[in-house]
Amino acid sequence: MIAETGLAALWLAAVLAGLQLVLAWLTVSRGDQNAARLVRPVALAQGALTALAFALLIALFLRSDMSVVLVAANSHSMKPFIYKFAGAWGNHEGSMLLWVTVMSAAGMAIALFERGLDKATHYATLGSQAAISLGFYAFLLFSSNPFARLDPPAADGQGLNPLLQDPGLAFHPPTLYFGYVGLSVAFSFAVGALLTRKVDASFARAMRPWVLIAWIFLTVGITAGSYWAYYELGWGGWWFWDPTENASLMPWLAATALFHSVSVLAARDALRAWTIMLSVVAFAMSMVGTFLVRSGILTSVHAFAVDPTRGGFLLALLGFYIGGALLLFALRIGTVNEGRRFDPVSRETMLVLNNLLLSVILGLVLVGTLYPLLTEMMGVKVSVGPPYFNMIIGPFTLLLMALLVIGPLARWRRDDLKGLLRKIIPAVALAVVVLVAVKVVAGSQIGILPLLGLTAAAGVAIASVMPLVGRNLRRTPLFTWGMVIAHLGCAVSLAGMASDTAFTTEKLVAVRPGAKVDVAGWQVEFRGVLPIAGPNWTAMEATMAVSKGGGAPTIMRPQARFFSNPPTPTTESAQLTAWNGQLYLVLGDELEDGRWQLRLWWKPFVTFIWAGGGLIALGGLLALVGRLGRGWIRGRARARNAPGDEVLA
Amino acid sequence: MKRKWLLWIPLGAYVVFLAIASLGLKRDEQQIILSKMIGKPIPGLDLPAASSSNPAFSTKSLADGKVRLVNIFASWCVPCVAEAPQLSQLQQRGVVIEGIAIRDAQPDVDRFLTRHGNPYDRIGLDARSTMQFYLGSSGVPESYVVDGKGVIRYQHWGPIMPQDIEKILSELRAAAS
Repeated sequence: MIAETGLAALWLAAVLAGLQLVLAWLTVSRGDQNAARLVRPVALAQGALTALAFALLIALFLRSDMSVVLVAANSHSMKPFIYKFAGAWGNHEGSMLLWVTVMSAAGMAIALFERGLDKATHYATLGSQAAISLGFYAFLLFSSNPFARLDPPAADGQGLNPLLQDPGLAFHPPTLYFGYVGLSVAFSFAVGALLTRKVDASFARAMRPWVLIAWIFLTVGITAGSYWAYYELGWGGWWFWDPTENASLMPWLAATALFHSVSVLAARDALRAWTIMLSVVAFAMSMVGTFLVRSGILTSVHAFAVDPTRGGFLLALLGFYIGGALLLFALRIGTVNEGRRFDPVSRETMLVLNNLLLSVILGLVLVGTLYPLLTEMMGVKVSVGPPYFNMIIGPFTLLLMALLVIGPLARWRRDDLKGLLRKIIPAVALAVVVLVAVKVVAGSQIGILPLLGLTAAAGVAIASVMPLVGRNLRRTPLFTWGMVIAHLGCAVSLAGMASDTAFTTEKLVAVRPGAKVDVAGWQVEFRGVLPIAGPNWTAMEATMAVSKGGGAPTIMRPQARFFSNPPTPTTESAQLTAWNGQLYLVLGDELEDGRWQLRLWWKPFVTFIWAGGGLIALGGLLALVGRLGRGWIRGRARARNAPGDEVLA
Repeated sequence: MKRKWLLWIPLGAYVVFLAIASLGLKRDEQQIILSKMIGKPIPGLDLPAASSSNPAFSTKSLADGKVRLVNIFASWCVPCVAEAPQLSQLQQRGVVIEGIAIRDAQPDVDRFLTRHGNPYDRIGLDARSTMQFYLGSSGVPESYVVDGKGVIRYQHWGPIMPQDIEKILSELRAAAS
């Protein structure tokens, strides 16, 4: 009964989405007040129904109901509780249900909390959100029904992909989904504003928190995903330029550009058309990413739901929504008034440059991701790997970092170049010192990109806190703190990447138990290997005593695991985190003569990569809280009929 | 705005993307990873006995002029259970079947054979998937037709189902001639 109730809830939600679209259309095009009154309640009911459907799917997984195809194919009664729970979205159908659940929850939130938006645009936005949801309901109900029954029921399930049986990964996909789907809100705002032709500063202020929320989730999701790949895949790398990683990076790049441009629109009423365009592009990238991963059109380690018919369906949705929005853009944007102009030396110009660079990087990642597909059609199989991306993306990232040194220090509207250059002297000075020092210490063994990366990181670190200089820190608005911390996070993350790339020491050895190996000043004693068993896996576990400079040894236990359902070997690396880096150990195969392969890495400051990601997300959160707080105060001021001064940050 | 056509560029670029993507979807997806070893002799390898009922297996003994079916299976593999009746049928029709048990243990293999039948001549235990690697096999089960010189002639991917039997038999005949 649970499955049938879930399916019924989904159908009902789909009908309500259709109704919401019609009502919103009546409201916007005819000014029908009766319809207007109904739009919000319908949006709320639709959100509640999909939430119910998702809760029921989780219930099916928790009960290990093997009469449901999805549960039988992706779960197993022996699986630990948390992975039964996470199994609900660790597959194609469940994750698409999560997608519509988040999407309709976002619709609910727009209906409930959005107050700053122009009325007509608000209804148009809700209509657009309903239209997108409708397509995804159709996708779920016609080609990816999560509630399909299996007759006769399976004796037991086939298990969840063991790589996914990891606490970090249980929550990584939902986090990214919140980000992807959050961008649908920005998209709907843009479509709404195009329909009502009301693109202005107040529109931007209303849209900004939504973009920020999506962006924070994307940042957290990407950071967590990178760390997961780092310790779970056992390759010691943190970014592989895999299509799926690119699929999450592209929306992030677009969203980063978007919230910078939406800030310009909010503060200065400039960049109207560009902001609308970016809103469409950001969501387009979310959908393109989903399409690339799900259709199996590109080969990826993440392609867990490859099905060309589904790909066709997704492509149709993609064509319809994004194509429709771009058509609307081409037809309507000419009728939207151009925003204000600004001086070549100004914060606006800096943000335009930021947007340009981010767009170029986005374009290059997109081309690199699609290129194998293009050449394969011409009969040549190529794979575009890290060398291309690092070589092409690296320089543009460095340019972006250089801009990050000067941009946040520029004033709005007009600034004088000399004063601006004077402000960046400390940052440039430190950057030069670092450049020289690293070059002297590392000599010729350091590559040009990591060297410049460390230089840029030093410059950005100083420059990012410069906006606080000379300010009363207590009265500094929260969103300025947010900007400072996020930019500092960029420096920290970049430093980690450059340091890991430049200074990692790697050792691959084959030794017998009792042997001692030295790596980068650490003494690693290989004590032996023992078989152990977990709830649904068995493993060979090595015991390694690790010490530095004769200190007390720490025991590290890397494993080679073997999952029984489905049968899959995985590598569980072991890490020892020190303040200045991580020791990373992987247990390999046993050789015929009783020796074991060990892989040892010393990765200086590698943890900075994810710490920086965390800082970036934290900065976003502070900016969000700051903006919402100010919006709230402003709303109260308006309510008292006292028009407050517009404070421009 | 002066240059109105500029506004159509995003849509144009997008249409190009859609065209590429839809062409990409139409292309034949090669889901099956074919072994690179087809047409080459099986590398020499000795495997210990995987069950208490069948002798150990060595690839060196394959070049004795007899055509064989080498079947990769495992006691933990569910499709292998589905495949078992077809293997028995092939054996009754005179096919010599050699088994390779992947990442398995003797008691488990014994139990599997008691429950689902034992069509095998010899069964080697491939505890570390070494043999699987040599064969270029990407999963369990898979079956290989090996001719009298020990050369791999045909790879069957996945379980042998009733509709595959004739194909397997004809490949065996082709390898014999």
